[in-house]
Amino acid sequence: MRNKRPHSEEAAQTCFWPIRITSKLPDTMVHFTTEEKAAVASLWAKVNVEVVGGESLARLLIVYPWTQRFFDSFGNLYSESAIMGNPKVKAHGRKVLNSFGNAIEHMDDLKGTFADLSELHCDKLHVDPENFRLLGNMILIVLATHFSKEFTPQMQASWQKLTNAVANALAHKYH
Amino acid sequence: MLSAEEKAAVTSLFAKVKVDEVGGEALGRLLVVYPWTQRFFESFGDLSSADAILGNPKVKAHGKKVLDSFCEGLKQLDDLKGAFASLSELHCDKLHVDPENFRLLGNVLVVVLARCFGSEFSPELQASFQKVVTGVANALAHRYH
Repeated sequence: MRNKRPHSEEAAQTCFWPIRITSKLPDTMVHFTTEEKAAVASLWAKVNVEVVGGESLARLLIVYPWTQRFFDSFGNLYSESAIMGNPKVKAHGRKVLNSFGNAIEHMDDLKGTFADLSELHCDKLHVDPENFRLLGNMILIVLATHFSKEFTPQMQASWQKLTNAVANALAHKYH
Repeated sequence: MLSAEEKAAVTSLFAKVKVDEVGGEALGRLLVVYPWTQRFFESFGDLSSADAILGNPKVKAHGKKVLDSFCEGLKQLDDLKGAFASLSELHCDKLHVDPENFRLLGNVLVVVLARCFGSEFSPELQASFQKVVTGVANALAHRYH
């Protein structure tokens, strides 16, 4: 709602216009409701981190092949079956999903939780942050394939919010 | 865009899709997961909760309509821009839909297919479908000005 200009000179002398906000606005953080946190945690409890992590990373490398450029040292990535069976892909996928587990325990401070990883991905690994969003989408798809019944629209919405927030947190320290 | 094997794989999986159900579910999930998209459907009545949205008969009907046109697109994978030219103009000139929403709906459709088909929705199939939904989204955005 806009502040209205005073109608008369008298009014202009007596009212304060415009109102100036002098205090710094707080850093906006994603807010998860109690229900969203509970939904995420309930599905997470059933997740096999090694299986889901490995499959999510593998699907990223298959569906978006340019992402393979970050994993030159992983050996054979020449076919879908090679990628899905690659032990380094599985191990790294598990590592990535374990850090998601950490996110779920700190949903009220994702930027703080991922500060170091954000700097790492920017300064050392040089990963385009768009890839964090793509990987987040892969995690959702893998969860959907594994948990058909539990992956309700509300569950999907909660997890989409989480993966987006993690992607943003990982991009936060980029410069 | 798609190899002959990819086209065959996409077509054969889609032949098993219950178009009546999947369309409504995809549109419903779009409205739940990305609530701002509800602004395009103000005439649809009750969208006040996830259950209301998923049960809303207008959402189901429109979802089916959207998926029917997607099915038509699958028959013209070599010319998606041509296939979706009129719809592209409609969404730009009359409906004023931000094209980013086409990508979101495409991604939601992939999630719905993943949920429906489980392990049958292999990474290869996912890659092929992702190409299709991206191609359709681009075709729908093509006439924007």
